[in-house]
Amino acid sequence: MAPPTSSAITLNINGEKYTLSVDHRTTLLDALRERLDLTGTKKGCDQGQCGACTVLLDGRRAVACLQLAVSAEGREVTTIEGVAEGERLHPVQQAFLDLDGYQCGYCTPGQICSAVAVIEEHAAGWPSAVTGDIRPEAGPPPLTAEEIRERMSGNLCRCGAYVSIVQAVARAAAVEAGAEETGEAVA
Amino acid sequence: MTTTTGSTTATGSVGTAHTRVEGRDKVTGAARYAGDLPFSELAHGWLALSTVARGRIRSVESAAVLGMPGVLTVLHHQNAPRVDSDYIGVLGVPPDPTIALFQHDRVQHAGWPVALVVAETSEQAREAAEALVVHYEEEPHDVAFLGERPDANPLDTTEKGDLESELAASAVVVDAEYTTPEEHHNPMEPHAATARWEGGRLEVVDSNQGTTWVADELVKLFCLDPASVRVRSEHVGGGFGGKGVRAHQVAAVMAATVLQRPVRVVMTRRQMFSIAGYRSPTAQRIRLGADADGRLRALDHRSLNLTSTVYEFTEPCAGVGRVLYDADAHHTSNRVVRLDVPTPTWMRAPGEAPGSFALESALDELAEKCGIDPIALRARNEPERGPVSGLPFSSRRLLDCFREGARRFGWADRDPRPGLRRDGRWLLGTGTAASSFPAGAAPSTAAVTAQPDGTFTVRIAAADIGTGARTAITLVTADALEVAPDRVRVRIGDSDFGPAMIAGGSMGTRSWAWAVTTAARELRERLALDAGIPPEGLTVRSDTSEAIRALAHKERHSFGAQFAEVAVDVTTGEVRVRRMLGIFAAGRIVNPLTARNQLVGGMIWGISMALHEEAVRDQVSGGHAGADLAGYHVATHADVPLIEADWVDDPDPDDPVGIKGIGEIGIVGAAAAIANAVWHATGVRHRSLPIRPDRVLTAGEGARNV
Repeated sequence: MAPPTSSAITLNINGEKYTLSVDHRTTLLDALRERLDLTGTKKGCDQGQCGACTVLLDGRRAVACLQLAVSAEGREVTTIEGVAEGERLHPVQQAFLDLDGYQCGYCTPGQICSAVAVIEEHAAGWPSAVTGDIRPEAGPPPLTAEEIRERMSGNLCRCGAYVSIVQAVARAAAVEAGAEETGEAVA
Repeated sequence: MTTTTGSTTATGSVGTAHTRVEGRDKVTGAARYAGDLPFSELAHGWLALSTVARGRIRSVESAAVLGMPGVLTVLHHQNAPRVDSDYIGVLGVPPDPTIALFQHDRVQHAGWPVALVVAETSEQAREAAEALVVHYEEEPHDVAFLGERPDANPLDTTEKGDLESELAASAVVVDAEYTTPEEHHNPMEPHAATARWEGGRLEVVDSNQGTTWVADELVKLFCLDPASVRVRSEHVGGGFGGKGVRAHQVAAVMAATVLQRPVRVVMTRRQMFSIAGYRSPTAQRIRLGADADGRLRALDHRSLNLTSTVYEFTEPCAGVGRVLYDADAHHTSNRVVRLDVPTPTWMRAPGEAPGSFALESALDELAEKCGIDPIALRARNEPERGPVSGLPFSSRRLLDCFREGARRFGWADRDPRPGLRRDGRWLLGTGTAASSFPAGAAPSTAAVTAQPDGTFTVRIAAADIGTGARTAITLVTADALEVAPDRVRVRIGDSDFGPAMIAGGSMGTRSWAWAVTTAARELRERLALDAGIPPEGLTVRSDTSEAIRALAHKERHSFGAQFAEVAVDVTTGEVRVRRMLGIFAAGRIVNPLTARNQLVGGMIWGISMALHEEAVRDQVSGGHAGADLAGYHVATHADVPLIEADWVDDPDPDDPVGIKGIGEIGIVGAAAAIANAVWHATGVRHRSLPIRPDRVLTAGEGARNV
């Protein structure tokens, strides 16, 4: 008997359970877009090179085009549709909206998912390639524009909205930290 | 019910910052792009592209893949519906015949579409397309673009004065060659189209820069009744000139017609490098002759680009000097060579982007040789009238841009000598360049409806490809109606709304704003006279054809001054842009929030062009090496510093709203400003883009000019 080419799986997406039968070749990205009508996650290259399909898997950034849907079973998937709390936008979404952190909007869901994780990664003390002092006891480095740029570099924006995206991430991070917003921090 | 527009009068929306009206949809993932709309019974098409660069298709072995799971059909040159590509499109040019898919057995470039495989799922279609065997009779190909060729065809030439005698009489001469590589638009959203027949009408949900444009081409290609074709394109994930009629729509329409069910065709990122259009590489020779004080006696700009064997497309680089500088002898020419490559197309600032790199680099070289400041050199050569046309400028505030930019950038403190400033391992330098781009308007139609509830609906076949057009039209309409913008709803991206300019040539927002202003002003006048609005609403339509035809002939352009500071590590070859400033005179700015973003985006394209972008064509296969976003580099976050764009007041006196257009000017001159800054940092002229690390490394003392 030929081996099976599809499986019934249950995916946990944005806190909801979805049961479906998928072709084993189906990526998480295509399952979201073609099977579950969660089209907020975008396909920019389908090769893990542009970041447009960035989602959160158990809270960590992942490109959905390089995940098979079957391998996402048992994991918490968060897509752009699950970032807001009901009608209330996430601080990152609000900052992108207010500061025009986009143009065409196609890379935006990936940028926003990435930014949500960047702020958490930074707050947890993760260093980046531009962090000066990477000793654990040094704590999180200041979230400078340079730190944001480095950490967001997996997300391409061909329109070139980078300047306002970086400002939006900085503002959202400040809002989430409960700090006074400082425009100078991103200059 | 009676509604008067004066009850909540609010004018002055134009010129104040407004967040995008579709912003919430874009940040929540609710905005549906072409590949996002669900259709029942949707089938998926996957294009198969040729593996040879020239030859004939001997056979398409479709029988083997027709037996694969889910495969519905394989379309190719022997069974595809016939189309007619012998027509003139709405933009006044014949189509690139390569959009006539599957009509013959000839292969005209590597990556030529040879078949469409349609299946129930995209996984099935992809596997079958990859399994499809096509046999070719391969012929020798020529894809070598190596600069001057005897068979170059001069297409577009202007000549004034005796070049050789003015060059001979010049105290200072610059004679240099500049090259730019093949560049690709790479919008983040790949081209996607879904076609279906519904109630006797063909509907195509697409990602494009003009729905009536694409609809018109499909009508003509497939010989259909114009009223039977509807193209929708509500959200567009970037265009940059590359989203017109291409293989994906044609293939989708063919398959939907054959199968009588909805078919979606999406280009892969790799396929886009072969079938989505691109900017030709250019080889440009510039000769400048000047008096010792920098006054130009001679300007000669000869540009060469490539095109396919079947369609003539010119990248008109030499045009930029026809606007920027005069000289006693002024010669410009654009020429093309035909090679076995895909046809290039418009890409953000076609002509001006690579042309300004060459011309504005040459001006910097002339300033160096004359020993005068680059801005002073430009001021010395500021023309009174169009250098070639002799026509007056509608407005020209180039020197005001330089003055304001120099003040804000700190140019006055600059030591002009190269190679003197150091910051650790980095050599530092600054550079500047001028920028210009034509300001035009094209006929458009619009409809504005007053509803009994006091709101208004605008219908216009505009396209918002990220420009903020939807928001700009909202603000312009609100001002024309003298109401608050939240009472105006704008619907775009639907060919049923009638003819309108495409999002292109930096002309979209101006053309659409003119049409909606005309309709809205008349609607306001009628509402002021009439007692009320009928239940179905009161609609006024406009057509700007006559008004635009009546515009006086003038040199109409936006201008700008670009400034860049770079850091160069000559031991690693790395070039980093540290800051950029662009000051523009670009008409009335409708929405400062989105306009600044768009201008900065153009300047980032300049960084990308100067330092990163280069498609490499393999001479042996005729195709690309590294045709993806890992092999073709575009600027990302870490490449982009804080960039500022601002403007001087420059409303166009002949436009109802004062708009000129800002879509392209941001890239013009940006790469030259960076290259000039690299010279200032290192003392080495880089005349070939991109300024890659290896080029910086090999540009040692023995090769100061590369």
